[in-house]
Amino acid sequence: MEVKVVRRVLDANETMAQENRQSFAEKGVFVFNLMSSPGSGKTTMLVETLKRLGKEIPTAVIVGDICTTNDADRLAQTGVEVVQINTDQFGGDCHLGAHVIRRACQDINLDAVDLLIVENVGNLVCPAEFDMGEDRKGVVLSVTEGEDKPLKYPLMFRVCDMAVLSKIDLLPHLDYDKDLAVKNINTVNPNIPVFCLSTRTGEGFDAWMEWLKNQVAAKKKS
Amino acid sequence: MHEMGIAMQIVDIAKSAIPKNISSPRVESVNLKVGKLTAIVPESLRFCFTVVTKDTPLEGAKLNIEELPVVALCEECAHKSTIENADFSCRKCKSGKLKILSGRELTVSSIELAED
Ligand SMILES: Nc1nc2c(ncn2[C@@H]2O[C@H](COP(=O)(O)OP(=O)(O)OP(=O)(O)O)[C@@H](O)[C@H]2O)c(=O)[nH]1
Ligand SMILES: [Mg+2]
Ligand SMILES: [Zn+2]
Repeated sequence: MEVKVVRRVLDANETMAQENRQSFAEKGVFVFNLMSSPGSGKTTMLVETLKRLGKEIPTAVIVGDICTTNDADRLAQTGVEVVQINTDQFGGDCHLGAHVIRRACQDINLDAVDLLIVENVGNLVCPAEFDMGEDRKGVVLSVTEGEDKPLKYPLMFRVCDMAVLSKIDLLPHLDYDKDLAVKNINTVNPNIPVFCLSTRTGEGFDAWMEWLKNQVAAKKKS
Repeated sequence: MHEMGIAMQIVDIAKSAIPKNISSPRVESVNLKVGKLTAIVPESLRFCFTVVTKDTPLEGAKLNIEELPVVALCEECAHKSTIENADFSCRKCKSGKLKILSGRELTVSSIELAED
């Protein structure tokens, strides 16, 4: 006997993401979900970003890691509020689900911040599938990964609203086709901006910071 | 890598779809639709499904996975394209302004119960 069901498996996450989105909207907080494979440079980029932001935009950070508090410690040194999520407690998850973000937000005074940055678990596959109620998603791809990564992981590059090509200070030492990497990102997602950055030289930071500030300002106004 | 969690959700959905008036139900198969743009590895999902169905009415059930193509509508010329090789541009006019119509499904469409 066949029983019709037709239920979306990720409905529970979707529903909670929608609730998060609602509460972020009420508080006027711009939420940015930053993803990449392990070690692409998310934490280093965020530390540098937070330093440059200074007191200009009240910011909090949620950082996901399967274990350790290393990234949280590095981020906390910039003086912003940091909430560390060890996904160990959530079954060693490979991503931050909407329920995890909701939990983490209980430890943050959302009324006092305009920008909430989430550093997702290092993984180019799973985090792409799970909405958390964020306004924008970004992906970091370092020049030590292959130029074809966007084509191999299309979902990640498709769901993102911007991409960062990181560690470009290493380019002189590598046989890496930066233009091809950018082209591949835009093959998967033709309209997103790609920021080429180096945390070592600071190259590219102005454009990225401007993008971020504009996003925060637009959210505040709406 | 999150296939275990997904498998558990599928089992929950399937269990709640079993009609209440059946005394000792046995699910023979679960039919699932998976878009090609989801971050799911069918083989790994099948493995997890076998693990999490142990000692449930779904033990031994088959997980039938129907893969759905990625289809997008061009917002410039209204042409419908099937997206392949991660090339998200309109097949007809090459525009990148596409609306994804399908390909991200992850849906339990039905279950089949043993009749005994
Ligand atoms: N040369 C160079 N190295 C960088 C740059 N940014 C980060 N790194 C190095 O790359 C390594 C990984 O950086 P992280 O910032 O920890 O990367 P992550 O993406 O946060 O890593 P996970 O959170 O573990 O996924 C560190 O050794 C950094 O010093 C850069 O712009 N240039
Ligand atoms: Mg990190
Ligand atoms: Zn077209």
